[in-house]
Amino acid sequence: MIFEVFRQERKGQSFQHAGSVEAPNKDFGDWYAREQYGRRGESVALWVVPRESVHEIDEFVDELEKNYHRVDGYPLKEKLKEARERAGTTATRDR
Amino acid sequence: MSERAQQLLEIADDELLLGWRNSEWTGIAPFLEEDVAFSSIAQNEIGHARALYELAGRDLGKTADELAFDRAPEEYRSAALVEPRFVPDWARTIARHYLYETADQIRIEALKASDDAEVAGLAAKIDREEVYHRMHAEMWLERLVGEPRVREALVELWPKALGVLGDDLRPLLRERLAALDLPEVEPVERGKHSGELAELWEKMTVVRRSVPGATW
Repeated sequence: MIFEVFRQERKGQSFQHAGSVEAPNKDFGDWYAREQYGRRGESVALWVVPRESVHEIDEFVDELEKNYHRVDGYPLKEKLKEARERAGTTATRDR
Repeated sequence: MSERAQQLLEIADDELLLGWRNSEWTGIAPFLEEDVAFSSIAQNEIGHARALYELAGRDLGKTADELAFDRAPEEYRSAALVEPRFVPDWARTIARHYLYETADQIRIEALKASDDAEVAGLAAKIDREEVYHRMHAEMWLERLVGEPRVREALVELWPKALGVLGDDLRPLLRERLAALDLPEVEPVERGKHSGELAELWEKMTVVRRSVPGATW
């Protein structure tokens, strides 16, 4: 079995993927994870997850090119400028 | 030599030699994760040996290195169980690992209950690491106990395993291993060395002997 190991460096931080270990069962997986990713004081906690429990999603459909869904697809600056011109105001005077 | 120094030396010698023998798997253990794990256990055992030698050394006026490396092979107080080289036999390695960790637990428990605060304190520290060694040994035994080679190795090593402990603690070992249904045997007493210790000693001390008295 392959186990994906996530480690937390300090309390309160989010867990980050550390790597994986191969082991015959869960108990061995825990043991090996501890040895590989926890024995040098580099982690305060580990998540040891059987690989088959990790669902991978790698398809993100965007057939109609809805570019306004994307962070780079919605140039707010231009649209704001146009709106202000129509209203006869400027950003500084508004504030 | 005080009884305390004698007792500490026995355990230190066991831990040093077993740590050395286990480290012979480094790089060639059955798979990568186990290589790291078993090497780590070996390092821990040698760390325990150093702490025990340091405490014994305070009574004897010697350093840990002097006790570990400057004695003649026949002066070592190690048990027969820890001396043989088992590479590349994983079945015997696991059988020894399990027998040793079980016996060592009994010995450490007795030390933790000692009236000597230094000994009890060190035993408690060592035990916190040994918990993980025992888990590891138990996982492996559970996995391989049905294999005839492991069974044979357990039977073969059983008299030597009994010899790790003094007379008083042997009944406890028999009791804890009752489920394995091992035969009634005469223990191999500590201090009867095989040729394998001399061979190991040659290797273990060669660098230190190359420049006597050097500071490393």
